[in-house]
Formats: sequence, structure tokens, C-alpha cells
Amino acid sequence: MKTGSLRVKTGLAEMLKGGVVMDVTNAEQAKIAEDAGAVAVMALERVPADIRKEGGVARMADPRKIKEIMEIVSIPVMAKCRIGHFSEARILEALGVDFIDESEVLTPADEHYHVDKFAFKVPFVCGCRNLGEALRRIGEGAALIRTKGEAGSGDIVEAVRHMRAVTGGIRELTQLRPEQLMTKAKELGAPYEIVRWVAQEGRLPVPNFSAGGVATPADAALMMQLGAESVFVGSGVFKSNDPAPRAAAIVKAVTFHEDPAMLAQLSEGLGEAMRGIDVGKLDESELLQTRGW
Amino acid sequence: MKKPLEIGVLALQGDFAAHAAALGRVGGCRIREVRRAGELAPLDGLILPGGESTTLAKLLRDFDLWEPLGDFAGQGKAIFGTCAGLILMAEEVLQPAQASLGLLPVSVVRNAYGRQVDSFVVPGRVIIPPDLPSREVLDAESAGASSETDSRVEDGRRASFPAEFVFIRAPRIAETREGVEILAKHDDSPVLVRKGALLGASFHPELPGDSGVMRLFLALVRHVRRTAGVAR
Repeated sequence: MKTGSLRVKTGLAEMLKGGVVMDVTNAEQAKIAEDAGAVAVMALERVPADIRKEGGVARMADPRKIKEIMEIVSIPVMAKCRIGHFSEARILEALGVDFIDESEVLTPADEHYHVDKFAFKVPFVCGCRNLGEALRRIGEGAALIRTKGEAGSGDIVEAVRHMRAVTGGIRELTQLRPEQLMTKAKELGAPYEIVRWVAQEGRLPVPNFSAGGVATPADAALMMQLGAESVFVGSGVFKSNDPAPRAAAIVKAVTFHEDPAMLAQLSEGLGEAMRGIDVGKLDESELLQTRGW
Repeated sequence: MKKPLEIGVLALQGDFAAHAAALGRVGGCRIREVRRAGELAPLDGLILPGGESTTLAKLLRDFDLWEPLGDFAGQGKAIFGTCAGLILMAEEVLQPAQASLGLLPVSVVRNAYGRQVDSFVVPGRVIIPPDLPSREVLDAESAGASSETDSRVEDGRRASFPAEFVFIRAPRIAETREGVEILAKHDDSPVLVRKGALLGASFHPELPGDSGVMRLFLALVRHVRRTAGVAR
């Protein structure tokens, strides 16, 4: 009987496909998310929009809060650790969370090294901005990749950029001749064996979700049509003025992302979306996506 | 039988693409993604895939698929529920209690094998029900290589095949009631059950490399089509 293998890790990621993972900061929000049809919740201390606004060091959430959330919902519970903070990751594993997000939304603990994710039984999801970054994280044992986008912005532009970079990068790999792949691996800064696998299969070896900026059903549908297999919604739900109906509408928009008439119906009368920030107006130093490598 | 089987995979949420790929590897069927009640009519069989049962149940209700699925089963058509799909089919769901289609007379306890850190893979054996032709279930390789399998059939014992069981935050089948056949067990609990045209697995037959359980389902669909709605 084998636990903690990459198969059962990516297996859970497979089960989350076609769904929405929602950021929640307490048990009450977790229940709202579950009732709205979320496939999982991400337990954290503050949503990215507040982290951005309030500043300071952002860390793993209080274990008590995570336990409260785990007790109230029956769906998987994820939690974030800081990049490279394997001690926070061990604590989250000991709590029994179902997935760890080694996340650029929290303040990085290590500027050189990410967590060795093979050393854990619990699966990890990691962010990326392009194919090389995705393959490096997979090389370290990530069971799920999400494009980073720009967390807490409510602006979809970065999520789109990153998803196009990943899918475009994959398409390019499939066009190369075998002798070109080693040079490409060097350019990407990615493990050769994984580069070769992706070139042959035309997809990532783990599921590929989208995050960072989804605020409306249309945003979610856009990311699904660009190749995301599920979406993470961070501040987009609980920073809007009526979270529950918006959450439910985003869930349905993921299922029916190819049906514009249905999307029109789902987008109707949801109230004001989160105000958001135009990412183009942010200073480079204010970006979360540049954390990690 | 020249006409290929029409198999639907409920595609509201979950690993429906993995099921379609697993069916594709076995072959002999046309696969359709199902999101609306109107898409059920041409199908010979339907898979309710793995995913999150709370999400799936909500979407089934919101998109008016609840009763049409009951009617589909009522017509004697074959349905295979895996993991979350089994939870949807079960008569009773515990921990927490939740509404289900109630097609299969079993009780399931959600996440009873533990959380994700306890998810596991284990080898097991699946019994082929006596009313299904075992040659349709066993692939050429195992049927040819194993004279043991053949002699089992001749002995009047039941043919079986090895399979890998992948459990991911799996439900446990705590109780089976009238007319439910147990086709596989792990740790003293049933993990693959059948009643008439209905099949339910607490594990994920779409994830392993072996295709035996998918083959078994397609043999069941063919059997149901042959007997044209008599099996129930």
C-alpha cells in the first residue's frame, strides 16, 4: 500500500479539474465557498488584496484557523507556505491539509531555493509565469501548476500573459526536432527529461490551473478557453460586494466556459466586482509575481 | 454488433477527460461529454466521474440533471460511478450526510480512508460477474497468458483479473443491500459493486495503466444493450 506517490498527488489535482478553488480566511467564508460549489478552499490569514494593501511580512496562516476550516468543510483544504519555507510546509502537512501552495503571495523565505516537494506526502501546487518556471517546479516535485497572474489585483491581464506563455511554450516545444531539445532545455532552465516529455506529449505532465486576477465569470471562462483546467479565485469572491452569488456564478462559468449564452445569464446582476488595481500602473517592486524564479 | 457503443461522461466537473482517455484506450466506443439532460438520450452507458461530490451534486441540481439521471437508470441503461460518482449513485451518504441520486442500494462514508496524505495505491483482484462474457473483459494478453484464468471458468468458479486500485480521498462502502454483487474488496470493505446495469467503484479505474475495470464496464454496457433493458 503506497501513499504519497506522485500518482496519488497528481490524482487529487485531476479530481479538482473543471472547478474553482477559492481563497477563504475563516470557517464562515469556507462554508459559503463550499455551498457555492467550490472544489477546494485555500485557507489563509488575509486575501492577497489585503496583503497588498496592509503590507508587512505575510506568513502561513494560524494552524487554529486552518483546523477550523478543515472541520467545517468536506471538500479539500489547501494552505499556503512561503517560498522555500519547508518548516511551514512540514507544519501544514502535519495538520493534514490536502494541498500546499508554495506561494509568491506570501513573503518569500528563501531567495535561492524552493521547497524539495518530493520529500513530502502532501501534494504541492506552485505558481509560474512561463514554461521554464513551470518545468522547474515540476522538476522539484510539484503535482499541480498554476499560472501566477498578479494576485490581489482583480486584473486578468497577467494571468492571460502567463497562460499564453506556458501554452505557447508547449506548442513551440512540439515543433522542435529531438536534437534541439537539449539546447531548449538550457534556454528554459528546465530539466531535459521533462522538456522531452512535454515535446512528445504536447502538455504538462501535471494539471495546469490559472490564478491571479480572476474577478468575474467571464474572467474564469477566458482562462479556461486559454487552456486552464481549473481556476483559483483569490480576492475576487470575498472582496466583491455580494460573495455567495458571485462564487456560484464563477463555478458555473468554468463548467460552461464554451457557452456564451449561458455565460451572459451567469454574469447578470452580480453586483459590483472587486474594485481592483490596473497592474500596468503598479511599480515593478509592488509585483508579487516576480517572487520565486 | 457493428454499431459502436455510445458512452457519455458527465463533464460538469472532475476528471472526466481522464475517463474519456481511459475509454479511448480500450476502444470500441464513441465518447461524448454530457452537460445537459438532452445529451443523455442517444447513450448506451454513462460514467459519473471522480471529482468533488458536493460540487457535482450542486451542478446536477442547478442544471436540472437530477431527475433525468434517475430516468436514465430507470430505463435500465448502464451507469458507472467512480469515487465521487459512486457517492452520487449511493442510496445513503454519510459523513457528512448529503443528498444523492439513490440509484445503488449501498451506504458510503465520505473520506473514510482519510485525507489526501492517506491516499494510496494498492494491487487487488476483480471478479467478473458470471453473466458477463469473461473474454470481453480480459484483454488478449492476460487471457492468452493465463491458463489459470481459463481453468477457473471451466471449474465453474468465477473468472477474475488483477487490477490496481488508486484511492484518493476515497469513500468507503460501509454497507451493501439487496441484490448488490461485490466484485472487489480491499481491507474487508467492498470497493467495486454492481447491481444490474449499475456499477460503482470507490477507487479510480481511470487513473492506472491497466484497463480491466473499464473493459468490465464496457462489457456490462454491451450486455445491457443485448438484453435490451431487461437487466435492471
